[in-house]
Amino acid sequence: MEGAELTATPGYSPRERILEWANRRPASAAGGILALIFLILVASKGLHDVAQTGLNGLTLGSIYALGAVGLTLVYGILKLVNFAHGDFLTFGAYMAYLVNVTWGMPLVVAVFWAMAATALLGVFFERLMWGPMRAKRAGLLQLLLMAIGLAFLLRSTIQWFWGTEIRTLDVNVTDSVTFLGLRIGQTELIVVVVGIAVMLAVGSILRFSLLGKRMRALADDLDLAETAGIDTRRVILYTWLFAGALAGLAGVLSGALTNLRPELGFELLLPIFAAVVLGGVGDAFGALLAGLVLGVVIEWSTLFVDARWKVTVGFVALIIALIIRPQGIFGKAKAI
Amino acid sequence: MSALAPLGVLAELPLAVSFEAFTAGNFWAGVAVLAGIYALVALGLQLNVGFTGIINFGQAGFMAIGGYTMAILVLEAGLSFWLALPAAMLITMAFGLLVGLPSLRLRADYFAIVTIAMAEVVRLVAQNARGLTGGNEGLFCNTEGVNQVCYDDTWLDIEDSILGFLENFSSDPEILLPLLFVVWATVLLATVGLSFIQRTPWGRVLRAVREDEDAARALGKNTLLYKLQSLAISALLGALAGFFLALFLATIHPVDYEPLVTFFAYGVLVLGGLANYWGVAIGSLILWTLLEATRFIELPISDERQAALRFAIVGLVLILLMAFRPQGIFGKREEMVLGD
Repeated sequence: MEGAELTATPGYSPRERILEWANRRPASAAGGILALIFLILVASKGLHDVAQTGLNGLTLGSIYALGAVGLTLVYGILKLVNFAHGDFLTFGAYMAYLVNVTWGMPLVVAVFWAMAATALLGVFFERLMWGPMRAKRAGLLQLLLMAIGLAFLLRSTIQWFWGTEIRTLDVNVTDSVTFLGLRIGQTELIVVVVGIAVMLAVGSILRFSLLGKRMRALADDLDLAETAGIDTRRVILYTWLFAGALAGLAGVLSGALTNLRPELGFELLLPIFAAVVLGGVGDAFGALLAGLVLGVVIEWSTLFVDARWKVTVGFVALIIALIIRPQGIFGKAKAI
Repeated sequence: MSALAPLGVLAELPLAVSFEAFTAGNFWAGVAVLAGIYALVALGLQLNVGFTGIINFGQAGFMAIGGYTMAILVLEAGLSFWLALPAAMLITMAFGLLVGLPSLRLRADYFAIVTIAMAEVVRLVAQNARGLTGGNEGLFCNTEGVNQVCYDDTWLDIEDSILGFLENFSSDPEILLPLLFVVWATVLLATVGLSFIQRTPWGRVLRAVREDEDAARALGKNTLLYKLQSLAISALLGALAGFFLALFLATIHPVDYEPLVTFFAYGVLVLGGLANYWGVAIGSLILWTLLEATRFIELPISDERQAALRFAIVGLVLILLMAFRPQGIFGKREEMVLGD
């Protein structure tokens, strides 16, 4: 990334000047590109279609964003690429199913139960696996493969108890709301509202509370944070509670929107990774924003290509993001 | 054989041997073929992970490209099987280079994510580009012309001649024996070949890249080039495994190339041990015997639960080995750079 500084010499062309500006102000550049895409879309497809798909995108993006916060915190703070995170979502969804359908309780109760159960699941495996492995100074590959093993284990446990058949939560999927000529399903509306409300709450906790500050300190340098007198054990525990609860919520919301199957979480994992990378690893804000943007961009893509390609669009976005800007849209080059 | 009740639910074909219309002998031959295919996949991983230090999560994608390209060249372009094989290998290697060129500069964990995303893109293209790949219905035969053409026609001829030869020794040889021989001969060749090139100066540079890439670069080695070569060879082995899987299953479906295949191959790799080529084949045989033996335990559980149990076994193998014996059965601890 030394190249970025070298271009700042006088006598450079307009093209280089734009590139240099984009490098210095990546968020503005990304916003500019997004606005440009929006304008081109509106010009070619009409405002209504763009707004409608954008709204659908916000629904999808809420799920990505909520899933991505936990993944990025764990990734940034514990340097653990948690491939089992997707299965945390699945776990949350099935916990909600247990309460909502099997026990016949209201969905609100199910959501809180799912969040609590998934949070505890995160803490349980931290105590059982990740903590001891960190103490052993386990390497990247070891942790990666253990995470994949855990993903298999969680998925097979879910399959053991609930089988592979497709299940649905007790939600209203037929009613819809219309405003300003845009249609949104009742469940979708609830997902967007809940998603964005929780995101704002999480965002402010991480931004303004002491816990958020401590988390960022740990993400910067765990040993240094410990030396500075931060109770790292405790912060790590809260990180897992956070990650688990939000993953559980994302799982329930996804299950409410579509349906429940053992692969639910794994299928969401890669788009969630894309949000994490786009937002900059370890940056919860970035992940939230990138998740929403990714959801919207994926839905916008259906204006041009058949909807069956939209998952592919998400993965291609991930690959391109990693290759051209591995530090994320908002990240600094030195963090890589 | 009352234990050999036909299995109804077998969506994950490449992850299990189907019981239907199989005798016990043929069943175990099927297990051995699958073990051989996974050994080939894991040999590529061994070269990448064990000897070059790059974490390749995209082997399933290379398998898909190999298998699909071979079948498409035979069915659509009308190439002969013998031309389609090398062409598909070259295309898969070129694809490996294409993927590796921008992504091998990245940090190890990002490279892992890029490769798994790449493999998923390949699978989704196979699923959605219906005109070329047949989508979810998969590829098998082309019935448009006067004569029906299948991608495995040539192979079936070879199989028949091998079976004819085998009849000299046994009155009724198992139908899978020819594939078994060819697969394991390829595994043996690949193992010997890889062990050989590992001892050349080229192989020593790979290990230097694994141990300390900056030091290798300081010695004037173009480390990116070596990593690219390592990835291309791994892609080639993936393509071979893809051919054999296509011949074994006699159809090509997108679901046969899910990321799970790569992860199962990682199970094989760590069981056999890192930085040891000969361990791979043994690891594969152990893992597949373990997985298939679960069918013979008379558990009062449904097929779905049996399938779940297989996942749990692979998951436990990965977790327990990485926690307590990260070098696997035959790996060398001091040869394992699992750090950074």
